[in-house]
Amino acid sequence: MTQDGAILTVENLSIDIPTETGTLHAVRNIGFDLKPGETLCIVGESGSGKSLTSLALMGLLGSSIKTKANRMSFDGIDLIRAGKRQMRSLRGARMSMIFQEPMTSLNPAFTIGDQLIEAMTLHVKGPKSDARNRAIDLLQKVGITSAESRMSQYPHQLSGGLRQRVMIAMALMCGPELIIADEPTTALDVTIQAQILRLLKDLQQEFGMAMILITHDLGVVARVADQVAVMYAGELVETGPTAEIFACPSHPYTRGLLRCIPQPGKTERGTRLGTIPGIVPSLVGDVSGCAFRTRCAHARDICRSDIPEQTAPGETHSFRCIAPDGFAGMDETEEARA
Amino acid sequence: MTGTETPFLELRNVTKTYKIKQGLFGETKSLDALKDLSLKLSKGDVLGLVGESGCGKSTLAKILLGLEAPTSGQVLVDGTPIGGHDRLALARRIQPIFQDPYSSLNPRKTIQDLIALPLRVHNVGDEASRTKAVREILDVVGLPSRVLTNYPSQMSGGQRQRVAIARALVMRPQIVICDEPTSALDVSVQSQILNLLGDLRSEFGLTYLFISHDLAVVEHLATQVAVMYLGRIVEETDAAALFDNARHPYSQALLKSVLTPDPAMEVPDTQLGMAYPNPIDPPSGCHFHPRCPRVTSLCKTQTPRPVVDTQGLVECHLHDPQANMTPARQEALT
Repeated sequence: MTQDGAILTVENLSIDIPTETGTLHAVRNIGFDLKPGETLCIVGESGSGKSLTSLALMGLLGSSIKTKANRMSFDGIDLIRAGKRQMRSLRGARMSMIFQEPMTSLNPAFTIGDQLIEAMTLHVKGPKSDARNRAIDLLQKVGITSAESRMSQYPHQLSGGLRQRVMIAMALMCGPELIIADEPTTALDVTIQAQILRLLKDLQQEFGMAMILITHDLGVVARVADQVAVMYAGELVETGPTAEIFACPSHPYTRGLLRCIPQPGKTERGTRLGTIPGIVPSLVGDVSGCAFRTRCAHARDICRSDIPEQTAPGETHSFRCIAPDGFAGMDETEEARA
Repeated sequence: MTGTETPFLELRNVTKTYKIKQGLFGETKSLDALKDLSLKLSKGDVLGLVGESGCGKSTLAKILLGLEAPTSGQVLVDGTPIGGHDRLALARRIQPIFQDPYSSLNPRKTIQDLIALPLRVHNVGDEASRTKAVREILDVVGLPSRVLTNYPSQMSGGQRQRVAIARALVMRPQIVICDEPTSALDVSVQSQILNLLGDLRSEFGLTYLFISHDLAVVEHLATQVAVMYLGRIVEETDAAALFDNARHPYSQALLKSVLTPDPAMEVPDTQLGMAYPNPIDPPSGCHFHPRCPRVTSLCKTQTPRPVVDTQGLVECHLHDPQANMTPARQEALT
């Protein structure tokens, strides 16, 4: 599914983690493309491998973790074969990351200003005053008032929302072409969440960045994403344009997720919500077939074998399930009964 | 339920002030976590308590549980002040479920020990009858009895939260304080726990105080909703009225920032401006005025009084018929 003009291409990425009891196949054969200015949301629950995927892209996985891929390239640069030095020159400069917990990802012993300036002077030669000006500029852009005086403050003097804004400003210091945000708003209040997401979208439009947003919140996905990739237990079970995924989710897992959340206006108050029974399977040892089969109402024997990826005819929407047209046409009650 | 009935749980003009000292020789400042707050809970209600972090939701929960004493004001259970109850008697009637089942369960105790602890503390029955009670309650929350010998680390987040619920219910309390009970859980597990809380409510006739920042969840479960801002309840009404027709500009902004999964919509502009104010140094007049999109000059100087009418309680000059009506305000209302 490689497309022309993609800034990021991932084909058949697998991540294996050696453990005492065997190899943990944390991510298996996933692939996606991302064009400049586009937003891809990776959705999934804990343990689905979404954060590992982003760390693999940034080259931040430990050496004991094995990453394999047919292709993983950023603007023509092969990220699998890139050396440490090359990765270091990319990270923070052309591709940057916003982590979930701003309290633990900022250094408590340095001021906001020091940390912002360092993000730039590491990559760009030039006077420190330029970096300082850019830092103040960006702090204002991310909506921090009295930016100059904030520069000399330490992380503990800022609230959670402000710290997250500082993280965003830091990620933008060198004007990256790709930004990966791992649950950037999960720890924040809904009001701040809306502000931060708007800010990210505005900055993305202004700078034409590509963005990967990792989240478990389907509300965030619907409002922010251009493309959606749904992950379950290390597999990409469904990918496609946001409107299509929400209008006709085809994989039973995606359908299940959408029924689990109360949707104001759609779900009747006080009624029972949909559930996905069972738990995520162990990914240690041999993993074959559809990982969702242990929790799927439609599972059959054939689900134990490898599941082909299917693309709905004439569409960019694809899913990994044996049902030829998915379960998009299936009645909700029928599925609940099954 | 009649209106004249004694409320099950009532807060009367409760204020909680913390003394905060900045630095070793800094001056001591006071922070009003709750300010002259009144609240009633009737039997069978689910009161959703919403508001941003720092608004005093958790302080309120602590006071209801008897973990903190109010600086002034009264907490009444069935018309009797909490001070008149002893701590154990209160714990028999009000139990909490906390946010994070990873930190609220002692990792060195088995599930049997964890759930039986309240029974032991209250000297209920002998060892055999306690084991029986624990098995029964495990069945109620949907856990198999084989997990009795497990430790919390051997269980998933959803299972742990079920254990926390079992522990809260084993004494058969009447009121359960749920402090963000699903926000640490995955989506598919969250819906199971919400369904369970709904079932338990009808099965045991429970009354919930449901604290959450997820308004979609509150809308789904609550019968009453109270919106808190800087230690005050700024709007309280029944759930349907609030979600269909919120009156306070802060409630409106909160509702606007809920991201419903609708791809046709953009990320909303809450128009709230920047930061939540510092509670040590709250703004003058209406505490919400620096962020309010409908602010008038009156709001900057005069604190709004609570107005109770057929639609519930609201604390905003815009909805106070006795507030001085300037033409600008009349315009804002229409």
